[in-house]
Amino acid sequence: MADIKVALVGNPNTGKSTLFNLLTGLNQKVGNFPGITVDKKVGYCKLAEGRTAEIIDLPGTYSLYPKSKDEGIVFQVLADKSNSSYPDIIVLVADATNLRRNLLLCSQVADLGLPMLLVLNMTDMARKEGIHINVNMLAKRLGIQVVAMSARKNDGLETLKKALANTTNISTQINGVDANLFASEAISAVKQKINIDNDYYALQVLHQHEHLTFFTPQEQQEIEAIEKEFGFESSKLQGAETVARYRYLSTVLTDVIFDTGAERKFKNTDKLDRILTHKFWGFAIFLLILFVIFNAIFSWASYPMDIIEGAFGWLTTVGHERLPDGLLTDLLLDGVVAGLGGIVIFVPQIAILFAFISILEDTGYMARVTFMMDKMMSKVGLSGKSVVPMIGGLACAVPSIMAARNIESWKDRMITIMVTPLVSCSARLPVYILIISIIIPSESVWGIINKQAIALMFMYLVGIAAAVIVAWLMKFLIKAKEKSYFIMELPVYRMPRWKNVALTVYEKSKTFIFEAGKVIIAISIVLWVMASFGPGDRFEKIDQKYATALADTTQNTDHINSLISSEKLENSYVGILGHAIEPAIRPLGYDWKIGIALITSFAAREAFVGTMATIYSVDGGDEDTGTIRERMIASKNSVTGLPIYTFATGISLMLFYAFAMQCMSTVAVVYRETKSWKWPMIQLVYMTAMAYVAALVAYQFLK
Amino acid sequence: MKLSQLNPGEQGTIVAFTDLEMSVKLMEMGCLPGEVVEVERLAPLGDPIAIRVAGYQLCLRKSEAAVIIIQ
Repeated sequence: MADIKVALVGNPNTGKSTLFNLLTGLNQKVGNFPGITVDKKVGYCKLAEGRTAEIIDLPGTYSLYPKSKDEGIVFQVLADKSNSSYPDIIVLVADATNLRRNLLLCSQVADLGLPMLLVLNMTDMARKEGIHINVNMLAKRLGIQVVAMSARKNDGLETLKKALANTTNISTQINGVDANLFASEAISAVKQKINIDNDYYALQVLHQHEHLTFFTPQEQQEIEAIEKEFGFESSKLQGAETVARYRYLSTVLTDVIFDTGAERKFKNTDKLDRILTHKFWGFAIFLLILFVIFNAIFSWASYPMDIIEGAFGWLTTVGHERLPDGLLTDLLLDGVVAGLGGIVIFVPQIAILFAFISILEDTGYMARVTFMMDKMMSKVGLSGKSVVPMIGGLACAVPSIMAARNIESWKDRMITIMVTPLVSCSARLPVYILIISIIIPSESVWGIINKQAIALMFMYLVGIAAAVIVAWLMKFLIKAKEKSYFIMELPVYRMPRWKNVALTVYEKSKTFIFEAGKVIIAISIVLWVMASFGPGDRFEKIDQKYATALADTTQNTDHINSLISSEKLENSYVGILGHAIEPAIRPLGYDWKIGIALITSFAAREAFVGTMATIYSVDGGDEDTGTIRERMIASKNSVTGLPIYTFATGISLMLFYAFAMQCMSTVAVVYRETKSWKWPMIQLVYMTAMAYVAALVAYQFLK
Repeated sequence: MKLSQLNPGEQGTIVAFTDLEMSVKLMEMGCLPGEVVEVERLAPLGDPIAIRVAGYQLCLRKSEAAVIIIQ
């Protein structure tokens, strides 16, 4: 248990997360805020005299009045004394190169009356730009400790730790703006009704109570009634407050800040922007960067993926050799280990993608991409900010849907969440690769371009095109709650902070393994049970049928064993399910075996290859695609005697996988993000319907 | 005159806003009446625009810039 709880609050782009990483190092974790479904970053830090502090990194915001879901967390945590994240001390992180705007939030937080201190970050940059700040005078005027730092250069950390240790639980700040200037009657009414002693807190409650979950319905009604009684005009009062705060800050900053070279700061950024947001070069460079990312995901990641695959294969083989035969061993190795291998295999790709995304964000380039793409994206009902989740969707929809939180407009955010799973994620890759290797010959066009690579790229383009078209349709179907807007800071370009990048990659990979892992392991076990057992005495009958053949030593027992296992699979619970859905999928060109794969893939697409491996009873799981491939090519339709995996079936199957919502983790995360079953259900239905129709049309045209 | 009518490189001083809700957001970001704004550049497709205000760069859509009355 930590001795004190510290919350980091500040504007975006102030180096808040760098400071968080500096304070906590690897000693951090991602958790949940009680009652709020948003990730909470928590870490621990040792202070003097053996005391430890729990550090909570709150999302960056420009004001306590939130514009996005992420920003709303800040006040929700600071407002709720019973919340387990409620801090003892607030550390307000401000960018010294843009102090006045940063202090707006500082003065709002200060007026809430919690003990706090101010960190002036990036003082080295400010000095370089000719900005001088009189730290002592600022501290005196605000009535709190002010620590000048440069988190990037590891400068001032010890001073901050000392200051934290010195902070008592009595707040010392001087009140900035009197909240009673704005709605004094409503404030005193609220204070009386729900036992609040801070004026500004009461004002904030009046503004934001709809979003605060800790008030009882009765309290909510009472606050609502007070608003009506005194004609509380939220927007107007917020505007008046902002003006009053800036006026107050002008007084605070007189003779505190000396800016001698405001222009110098933008010189390099200006030069870079001229190229990076250029009409032609801007897009060319963006495409080039995307190409590099793609290439990295597909080629660099293949080395670690091969190693992981080999390791899990080895583990299964050795496990089967060493462990006693039996149900438990089978469950452990073929259920749990196989399932685990299926997740860990994606970690290299996810790590590479997140490394690139975090470098692009850290340098300030991502903001420019958003700036360039906004016009195009807003045409189809998205926002420039949807670019980040859509690119992330190439790796995995789960973190990407969470990344959509910083899209302010509700409608833009919903559409982004609804279409992101259509972008081909890395789980579809093994499916595409397996099927393409079956139906497309490995030949080159003009000697250099591989036909299989073209087919793969085509599948990715199909996914992106589908996302764009669906977004455009949803633009007309979804009713907006508020106007969409796009007001965003363009930060100056900076070198990426490699430590931040490394920590982001580590965090995201860890979250992926644990979040997706839980689901996939559960599914693997269920699947294993359903594939290993059948109703009644069907399994015994199969055993009896082959008993004599097995006893005959002149016959190849391996062959008979594989006949047994495939017959058992057909008679197991999944086999029966596969047969049951066969009439529905026959028009798409599938048989009951593909039916089983479709069922298992509804939990997670990556189950396809593994299921195929089991169905075609290839020993050793999915590390030997070559063999599954050969068996799949050889497989014939039991009725017509024609090969099953024709070009038509292959395309139909790939289109089905491109569109269908076959990922329980995504369904779960959409539920978590939208807080209702409505959206994940709509998504599940529309994607599955689209997949069915596309596969049907493709098969009927091509067969 | 509206901010959206300025060409890149031109300056103006904010005097008022025509949309209350938008004005709250803009003011929080430092676009206060009395501040000098300069249009830095347009996005490659002509919208949004990047402006310099209160010592930093901000981008916003043209429709949002049209809310800001300048002199």
